[in-house]
Amino acid sequence: MEAILFYILAALMIIFAVASVTSRKILRAVIYLLFVLVCIAGLYFLINYNLLAAIQLTVYGGGVIVLFIFSVLLVHHVELELEKTSLKRKIIAGFLSLLGLGITLWTILTYTFKTASTSYSSIEVKDIGFKLLSYEDGGFILPFEVISVLLVAVMIGAIIIAKGKKLKEN
Amino acid sequence: MDFNYTILIPLIPLALFVILGIFSKKIPPSISGWIGSIGLGTTFVLSWYTAYTYFLGGKVDGVYQTFIYKYTWLNFTDNLHIDMGVLIDPISVMMLVVVSTISFMVHLYSRGYMKGDDGYTRFFSYLALFSFSMFGLVLATNLFQMYIFWELVGVSSFLLIGYYYTKPSAVAAAKKAFIVTRFADLGFLIGILLVSYYAGTFDFQEINNLQGSIITSWAATSFMGLSVFTWGLILIYMGGIGKSAMMPFHIWLPDAMEGPTPVSALIHAATMVVAGVYLVARLFPAFYFVEDGFALQIVAYIGAISSLVAAVIAITQTDIKRVLAFSTMSQIGYMMLALGVSKYDGHEGLGFMASMFHLFTHAMFKALLFLAAGSVIHVVHSNYLKDMGGLRKYMPITNITFLIAALSIAGFPGFAGFFSKDEILAAAYENNMLIYVSSVIVAGLTAFYIFRLYFGIFWGKNKEYEHTPHESPWSMTVPMLFLAFMSIAGGYFHFSEYISADKIPFQSHLDIPLAAIATSIGLVGIILAFIFYKKENNLPERFAQSFGVFYKWTYHKFYFDELYLFITKKILFGVVGFSAAWFDKYIVDGTMIGIGNVTVAISNKIKGLQSGKFQDYAMSFIGGSVVIAMVIFYLWIN
Amino acid sequence: MIAGINIYEILSLTSILFFIGVYGFVTRENLITVLLSIELILNAAAVNFVLINTYLYPDLLQGAIFSIFIIALAAAETALAIAIIINLYKLIYSVEVKDTETMKY
Repeated sequence: MEAILFYILAALMIIFAVASVTSRKILRAVIYLLFVLVCIAGLYFLINYNLLAAIQLTVYGGGVIVLFIFSVLLVHHVELELEKTSLKRKIIAGFLSLLGLGITLWTILTYTFKTASTSYSSIEVKDIGFKLLSYEDGGFILPFEVISVLLVAVMIGAIIIAKGKKLKEN
Repeated sequence: MDFNYTILIPLIPLALFVILGIFSKKIPPSISGWIGSIGLGTTFVLSWYTAYTYFLGGKVDGVYQTFIYKYTWLNFTDNLHIDMGVLIDPISVMMLVVVSTISFMVHLYSRGYMKGDDGYTRFFSYLALFSFSMFGLVLATNLFQMYIFWELVGVSSFLLIGYYYTKPSAVAAAKKAFIVTRFADLGFLIGILLVSYYAGTFDFQEINNLQGSIITSWAATSFMGLSVFTWGLILIYMGGIGKSAMMPFHIWLPDAMEGPTPVSALIHAATMVVAGVYLVARLFPAFYFVEDGFALQIVAYIGAISSLVAAVIAITQTDIKRVLAFSTMSQIGYMMLALGVSKYDGHEGLGFMASMFHLFTHAMFKALLFLAAGSVIHVVHSNYLKDMGGLRKYMPITNITFLIAALSIAGFPGFAGFFSKDEILAAAYENNMLIYVSSVIVAGLTAFYIFRLYFGIFWGKNKEYEHTPHESPWSMTVPMLFLAFMSIAGGYFHFSEYISADKIPFQSHLDIPLAAIATSIGLVGIILAFIFYKKENNLPERFAQSFGVFYKWTYHKFYFDELYLFITKKILFGVVGFSAAWFDKYIVDGTMIGIGNVTVAISNKIKGLQSGKFQDYAMSFIGGSVVIAMVIFYLWIN
Repeated sequence: MIAGINIYEILSLTSILFFIGVYGFVTRENLITVLLSIELILNAAAVNFVLINTYLYPDLLQGAIFSIFIIALAAAETALAIAIIINLYKLIYSVEVKDTETMKY
């Protein structure tokens, strides 16, 4: 049952990813990305990692995509067709990507992963919470704090950059 | 006996050169003239004193001793080393006398001749440099030292010929003299290297040693049928051909007359041009014994040919200095052929003695001829016969001294030239009939052309002069008088008791029949010149026209200059120079420019990488990491 | 752990997503669409972390937590990038990639 769901999700992911990357209209590319992100959230649900799925939906779907749509509206005529990329670039890029993909797949497939025995356990929010704020070995308190600082910095930076000259004049 | 004071003889002129050269602006002209003259006067006294003590007291067992004072300058191996030193033997003492006498006379003469000239002090410093170089050449103990001073003499000659450096013809003449003699010196250098390599030494005493490696074992190494030493000696003689203006390197001597007349008298009549003769005389045992005198025969024939051709050319020239230049060439040809026909022992070595004797007397009368010519030119302000005539009324002393010198060179009995020329003819008669006949013809021609000059200048037409000619000042006439005295008295030295090939004195006597033949030919020449030139008539023109083309050829010096110019301009510059220049410009330069262009082309292709598109950069990044991944996985697999 | 799916399939899926993102990044002509491709790449990476965690080391939680950080970081970076794009737009009135090629030879 889960396998079928997974396959459907995988297919959708790939189709929408390709569509997002090749679409000629900006808004459609953004929406296709939204779909890809939702499928990824679905994948998280499938492996019983509910917290991350929720975070994914909230942050990406509710934050990043909205940000994208607003910026598109700010700088663009939404109906405008994007320019066509030159064929040469597409071929080279496609070739490189396929080459890279080939190597990666080949590496993965030739390696024998030592899969753990089937244990159908979910990842609890409680555990994540504890891990995030623990001081002992394997605790992630420091990255947690650093990320918070980073987020503050990014906020301030974004405001300053977006404001631009007006801020300087004051 | 001790001769180490002779080192002063070259050093005094060297000091003069340095002082007069450095302080040329600060020393007033009259003082520099006196300094030069006094310095050379000292060397004059020293040289005669050396000759007096050497010749009258130097014999041991009847053989003149050689005195050598030297120090080792460059040491290559035990045997092969270059020394600097002083060699005293009969011919070097005789040359010391000749060079110092003529140089002193020329210094005294120049005080009057060059008066008022801007570069007066420079002239005397150059004269001092030349004297130093010539003394060094004459006193050289080994081939290499002689070569060094040989080149120095060439440099002094260049400086002095080009003394009037604002005149293009003088500059061209100086350049020509230096280049032609330099080219001949190339042969000289190769010859030195050959001889010294196979003999293992540069030293003259070693080379001339009768028991030495050259004379006993010259047949050991041979090349193309001739011994290596023969080749070496012929090449060394090539240097002598250039410096002594023998054919085919004679082209510089007529042009060298562009220099001031005292320079012509000193360098191109009496001293530098006889350096070639001195070279052969210095190496005479080697020349005579190696390959049974093969190189010596070449010396003889080149001398004979040069003397004949030069005498023929001298008949037609109209510039009096050029007549004298060709006359010099002819007389040096006499000296060369006398050396060439000479043998070695005692009386057999008559040619050697005759050559040195003629060198001595020729220096005296030829220098006098040039000084007298200079005196005339100084007064008339022209070199050409057509501007002169009837000067005997105005310049008595010049007239008498010129006449004495002309009689001497023509071989009139009683004058010095008669005695030396007779010895040469006797030596030629004993050894080579063909050369003897040619020499007799040359004697006749010599008498003719020199009296053509004499009658043309002092008799001939009565020319109207713009400035009335006057006799030259005493500073110029005193040296001329002294040289006139020597042109007569110089013949009465018993030269054979002083100079001989094996350094043993022998007795020589006047051969009356030969002397009679020579004198009669000379008289024929004088009488012909008298008829043609004493009074103004058109006999010379009619005679010249009857010779037609041959006259034209002779007048243009047999077109040697044109031939050489053609070879250098068309062949050397045109073909060799042109192709070398083409190669340099298109291939060598082209390669360098091509490398530059290739670099620029590559750069133009590569600079597209820096396109400013970040997506291209990302592509390169990804491509690079993919490649690295491939490499790592490939290694990981194996 | 998804029942019935082995790790190879999952990892291939994320690799495909990653390289689709790479292709998009290199090909796209508009700065905002380039950002979209970057989002794809980051997401593929995050999924990779989580999946390897659940399949290979289910007892540990590093992968799971690290993916939280990745998401946070991606969001922050997108925000900042959009700010820069807007600033650039105010300067050159264009968000085309071809107008940003001034730093060339």
